Amino acid sequence: MKGSKARSVLPGFGLSMGFTVFYLCVLVLIPLAGLVVKTTGLTWEQFWNTVTSGRVLASYRISFLTAFFAALINLAFGLLVAWVLVRYRFPGKKLIDSLVDLPFALPTAVAGIALTAIYAPNGWIGSLLDPLGIKIAFTPLGITIALIFIGLPFVVRTVQPVLQDFERETEEAAVMLGAYRWRTFRRVILPELVPALLTGFALAFARGLGEYGSVVFISGNMPLKTEITPLLIMTKLEQYDYSGATAIALVMLLASFLMLLFINYLQWRSNRRAIAD
Amino acid sequence: MAGAVTAHLSDSASVRPKHVTEKPIVRWLLTGIALLFLGFVVLLPLVAVFVEAFQQGVNLYWASITDPDAVAALKLTLITALISVPLNTVFGIAAAWAITKFRFRGKNFLITLIDLPFSISPVISGLIFVLLFGAQGWFGPWLDSHDIQILFALPGIVLATTFVTFPFVARELIPLMQAQGVQEEEAAASLGAKGWQIFFRVTLPNIKWGLLYGIILCNARAMGEFGAVSVVSGHIRGETNTLPLHVEILYNEYQFSASFAVASLLVFLALITLGVKSFVEWKSAQRAKGGEANGTAS
Repeated sequence: MKGSKARSVLPGFGLSMGFTVFYLCVLVLIPLAGLVVKTTGLTWEQFWNTVTSGRVLASYRISFLTAFFAALINLAFGLLVAWVLVRYRFPGKKLIDSLVDLPFALPTAVAGIALTAIYAPNGWIGSLLDPLGIKIAFTPLGITIALIFIGLPFVVRTVQPVLQDFERETEEAAVMLGAYRWRTFRRVILPELVPALLTGFALAFARGLGEYGSVVFISGNMPLKTEITPLLIMTKLEQYDYSGATAIALVMLLASFLMLLFINYLQWRSNRRAIAD
Repeated sequence: MAGAVTAHLSDSASVRPKHVTEKPIVRWLLTGIALLFLGFVVLLPLVAVFVEAFQQGVNLYWASITDPDAVAALKLTLITALISVPLNTVFGIAAAWAITKFRFRGKNFLITLIDLPFSISPVISGLIFVLLFGAQGWFGPWLDSHDIQILFALPGIVLATTFVTFPFVARELIPLMQAQGVQEEEAAASLGAKGWQIFFRVTLPNIKWGLLYGIILCNARAMGEFGAVSVVSGHIRGETNTLPLHVEILYNEYQFSASFAVASLLVFLALITLGVKSFVEWKSAQRAKGGEANGTAS
């Protein structure tokens, strides 16, 4: 699909590129640079003590684990949902397909209060589980559920197009060679889906790490137990501890930048594969 | 990254021969589990909002959404979106034009940079503007001496919102325009069309549905952004509260029904967004079917 030439006959490169770079710098790069510069005001020791204090470490652990497990669950169920939507026919399929995007479109705060209403000890499902001694809201489990909601579309929407374009011939060849359904799936279909699954997982995980709105309501925000890293930054800000907030933010920023590079690498690789085919 | 408009048609499912699909019972089981999962994860929260919103009756619902503070929040949300969305739309078109119509070094890096706001926690997106414009920030003292208020006022909210919604339109357009290539534009240029003429006559008709979806998605996020705006707004009732912040305040004051009533407005916004998305997909599916017959001139 690379039709552009080294010297294009099309006009507007200077204008569009100039505006793009200018707007990017003013709105994104300079403010982000401000964050990095601000942390240089701290000595290394101050920085290190802030970002490795007990409460902060606990928040990393909670953020990381909940985002990881939520992405893992989305990996499994996202694949299932994509599979069912692409391959089977059932009434209301179009509607359900568009419903998958709801977490993209619904403001996170709304998702947060709705999930809390469902899973709080006096909520719809929470009240059923409470007598059994299972608590969801105000525990890491609640955070995970919020992150499952937020991350689902990422997995479904990255797997779906790959599944759609899957060559039936390949699948048929496997059948001809006598492979059973499950074997065909595991040996022929699944390997083709791995890059998309990995991308979807990484996207959902990255989003989960930074998620704030949907989590604050359901998490209960108890330090060391259910306090996620973004919330800790918020708390520091409210206490006017700007340098503390900035130091933690820098750690998160580095983590998400690494995730972003990884995701783009995955996408670049699968694009190359698509071109090579 | 955010659900590209890929015209997915579902015609392949219907004609799948027996040997490349599962046994009916497996199909039913898988469909059942998938629907149950979606029901619990996606549908239930949606239903919960409306049930909770109307729990205390229609009167309270109406009173909650016509409350002066709620109306002020709605106004602020609309004004913010009205500024951020057009800005990001112009940027998105410019960026997509530069990236997809020309070749240059560092293109992938530029795309990564455009994606950056997606992967940054909303709280950090707000924080960076506090660091710039806050009392102890870079421009803080200067702004203070000139009596310009950015933080805890409309400009700060607009900045944070624009930052968060920055990649949406560009991200929607880049894959679309990449797939369309440059042949049509080059043909127009060789026939003597000028730059803007090419854009408005050739490119825009080709991308209009994807563009519309990008704008709608950008708008939904702009109106619904919570974390970033929460950091910069200062939560002044009736002044710097956007709708999502108003939802939070009511919720924290245990006015649950009122909170869910205001939240239901945002749910409508989300449902409209999904509706537009389905419409755009339907349109681009039609285009794909009729595209060859109609030719390219419009």
